[in-house]
Amino acid sequence: MSKDHEDAPMTIGGSPDRVDGVPKVTGTALYVDDLEAPGAWHGATLRSDVPRGRFVSLTRAADFDWSDVVVVTADDIAGQNVVALIEDDQPSLVPVGGMICHREEALALVAAPTRAAARAALAHLTVVVDALPAVTTLDAALRADVAVHNDDNVLKRLEIHRNDDDIDEILARCAHVIEGTYETGAQEQMYIEPQGILAEWRGETCRVTGSLQCPYYVHKALVMLLGLPDDQVVVTQAVTGGGFGGKEEYPSMIAGHAALLARAAGRPIKLIYDRAEDIAATTKRHPARVHHRLGLDADGQLVAADIDVLLDGGAYVTLSPVVLSRAILHAAGPYRIPHVRIVGRALATNTPPHGAFRGFGAPQTTFAYERQMQKASRALGIDAFELRRKNLLRSGDSTATGQVLTDSVGSDAVLDTLSAALERAAPPAAARLGSLHSPVRRGRGLAFCFHGSGFTGSGEQRLAGRVTVACLPSGDFEIRSSSTDIGQGMLTIFSQIASQALGVPAARIVLSEPSTERVPDSGPTVASRTCMIVGRLVERACLALAEQLRAHAAANRLDATDLATVAAHRVAHAGPLAETCEHESPPGVEWSDETYTGAAYPVFGWAACLVDVAVDEDTREVVVERCIHAVDVGRAIHRRIVEGQIEGGTLQALGWALWEAVPYDDGRVLNPSMTDCIIPTSADAPELETLLVEMPFAHGPHGAKGVGEIPMDGPAAAVAGAIEDALGVACDVVPLLPEVLDVLLVDQPPQETLA
Amino acid sequence: MKLRFRLNDEDKELDVEPFRRLLDVLREDLHLTGSKEGCGEGECGACTVLIDGAPVNSCLVPVAQLDGHDIRTIEGLARQGTDGEVLLDEVQQALVSFGGTQCGICTPGIALCASAALTREPNADRARLRELLAGNLCRCTGYQLIIDALVDAASTRRGNSKR
Ligand code: FES
Ligand code: FES
Repeated sequence: MSKDHEDAPMTIGGSPDRVDGVPKVTGTALYVDDLEAPGAWHGATLRSDVPRGRFVSLTRAADFDWSDVVVVTADDIAGQNVVALIEDDQPSLVPVGGMICHREEALALVAAPTRAAARAALAHLTVVVDALPAVTTLDAALRADVAVHNDDNVLKRLEIHRNDDDIDEILARCAHVIEGTYETGAQEQMYIEPQGILAEWRGETCRVTGSLQCPYYVHKALVMLLGLPDDQVVVTQAVTGGGFGGKEEYPSMIAGHAALLARAAGRPIKLIYDRAEDIAATTKRHPARVHHRLGLDADGQLVAADIDVLLDGGAYVTLSPVVLSRAILHAAGPYRIPHVRIVGRALATNTPPHGAFRGFGAPQTTFAYERQMQKASRALGIDAFELRRKNLLRSGDSTATGQVLTDSVGSDAVLDTLSAALERAAPPAAARLGSLHSPVRRGRGLAFCFHGSGFTGSGEQRLAGRVTVACLPSGDFEIRSSSTDIGQGMLTIFSQIASQALGVPAARIVLSEPSTERVPDSGPTVASRTCMIVGRLVERACLALAEQLRAHAAANRLDATDLATVAAHRVAHAGPLAETCEHESPPGVEWSDETYTGAAYPVFGWAACLVDVAVDEDTREVVVERCIHAVDVGRAIHRRIVEGQIEGGTLQALGWALWEAVPYDDGRVLNPSMTDCIIPTSADAPELETLLVEMPFAHGPHGAKGVGEIPMDGPAAAVAGAIEDALGVACDVVPLLPEVLDVLLVDQPPQETLA
Repeated sequence: MKLRFRLNDEDKELDVEPFRRLLDVLREDLHLTGSKEGCGEGECGACTVLIDGAPVNSCLVPVAQLDGHDIRTIEGLARQGTDGEVLLDEVQQALVSFGGTQCGICTPGIALCASAALTREPNADRARLRELLAGNLCRCTGYQLIIDALVDAASTRRGNSKR
């Protein structure tokens, strides 16, 4: 719409065309499976198919022609047989004699000239396993009859305590106590491009390219697995067809496998998962159970919260400790509560590890606390908005960990913006209301939430992300960062930030390929940190460069308003020039990992979501008739990109609330296909009303803070509240499929008074 | 089996195994990698191509069915201008301008499907566009900006863009 003038710097806050738009609409953008790799073979993975057991033997069929096949096992690993992450407990390949801890555990790899040949070879490998009793549900893990991790199956335990010494008594004295248990299921990221890696060796250097979010995570994992020095591993991101967290940790597994196969085959290997394998084997959102007791006084003021959080971490530690951390740090919600006790545990089960997915633990606990607030609002007869306004955190208030909020607190603003929008007429309903057969019941639900931007606690300090901006001889400026564009618009936003800071047109900004041989480690592309943290580094590096160039212009009598020309002159006459900036946390951000107190996040985003539903009383089909989402993003660097983030996240959350089930049976995903594991289509999606609220954050580029994850947090509770409002039954689980509603309605006959 | 068909406005002759998937023949033999595989079972629409102007999932089509037909892939949706420049289809341009593409993996399929839909139903409203697009999954956008883009593309085709 607003086309920037080609010679002017890109504007901030408008919606210039995405820099990667044309290659994507013309089909010329190259994703990993599109890359030409002459002579490449195709890899395939042999998996265990028992939830727990000992790997006894592997044999090759004698009557199969193995001449054009390579087979790789744990014996072929030169370095350590682990997928390096937080704890190095997950093997790349289970060795013969080793323990199998879930059904999708990799036992061996094969490669052959075609995909079909690789699959045929897999079918001619015979595995013998001694099956052992397994733990595949949260309840079984809690009982610990079978210990699959330590003796209590607890992968990680974390607690938050705020004036909670006598919290049971305090709750007993409260005028109202709301108590509930909330269960949320696994959710598949369902990026439309399945995971895949291309690996090849050039001499002693291993090069992998693939669909991934975090080149340096993969780099670290490969260095350890292959036993190579840092500079003999090069990891490059190809254009990536969606991630949502799903391509944060699992690509390290696939890259390791592809690298091992490529070494053995002496040729490039493509290891591209098909959809079934991707759904069955790769990570999903942690299933969770949250028990929540909330005490209020007679006026509706929150007094105490006692919260127990359980996550199903799956068979290995992977990212569960940090997902749990974010889950409990959001569990008390954006409210002033004097007394808080939160105990969180991530449990081990014999299912494939659960992992990163947009929101990262916060959606699960947000569902619980906002359902509690909805119930409190009904029980006390206080309007939904009023109850939030009575209790929400404002500037000067402190969170459950004692973090005093001062900067960019959009709590009131998002609620006010949302209620103002309610005065306006709804847009024409998009969804197939016509498919509902009367009688129809209608209901409304509100959810209010916050989401910490950036890494938790001292994470950003420890990480010390770096960005380099270099002047090229042409007068162009190259941004070198390991942040990846996974669709969220990083390429465009960094271009805007750099273009503004340097005062040069978009055409002068070049983004370096995100390859570990070219870019410094800016930290992973996760945690709503790319724009806020890394974008700020881009800005600082550009400003520092601009200053140097202006000095050069003054010394050489050049026109300092045209820094591109100055840069070309500088490089030609005085050699290369680049600036590298490293992250520095704003002063006063103190956090203790020991006591779980202090500033958990640099800043929070804020959101309010309102959902209207219609429910068909006979079929239990639910249609979202209206969905308004007001989100405080600090500052929208690119309006449409920010709206697109919010809308995409909102629909994933509506999907989680209504349709997206991933049922397991004895540790196996029962619906590993797009036909059965459904995500919303354009006909299921409502018209999404997105309202941007801008409360600038002093330490973000142009005031921006994170936006990627927060839209995932609130809508599920809003949907459940709306259905509860419509039907008069407590909706404490998601997804609320018609068959789930049916059971709820049978179990608890509707009470008109709830509605 | 010998096949003759038109592909992106050019005559083609191909000698192929008749039951191979059209998607594989496009990607592997003809090096047209703009058609993507998201599911391989007709659910996602990432592999959409136009056969005689109608969108089909190329992962479900045996290549033998092409014989005598007219195929358009994403590589053939934009036209060449008189001096060689790329002239995007109205749908492609609108998807770029309105943020209707994020990760882009669904975009070739959506652009082809939408372009064909607007040719058949130039006056489709938002609700109708949502139905016409329901065979093409997008996980990134929530569809809102895609529908915005298609509404604009439709009006551009009718001669007045809001862009
Ligand atoms: S790949 Fe053909 S419909 Fe998904
Ligand atoms: S833009 Fe990513 S799936 Fe549509």
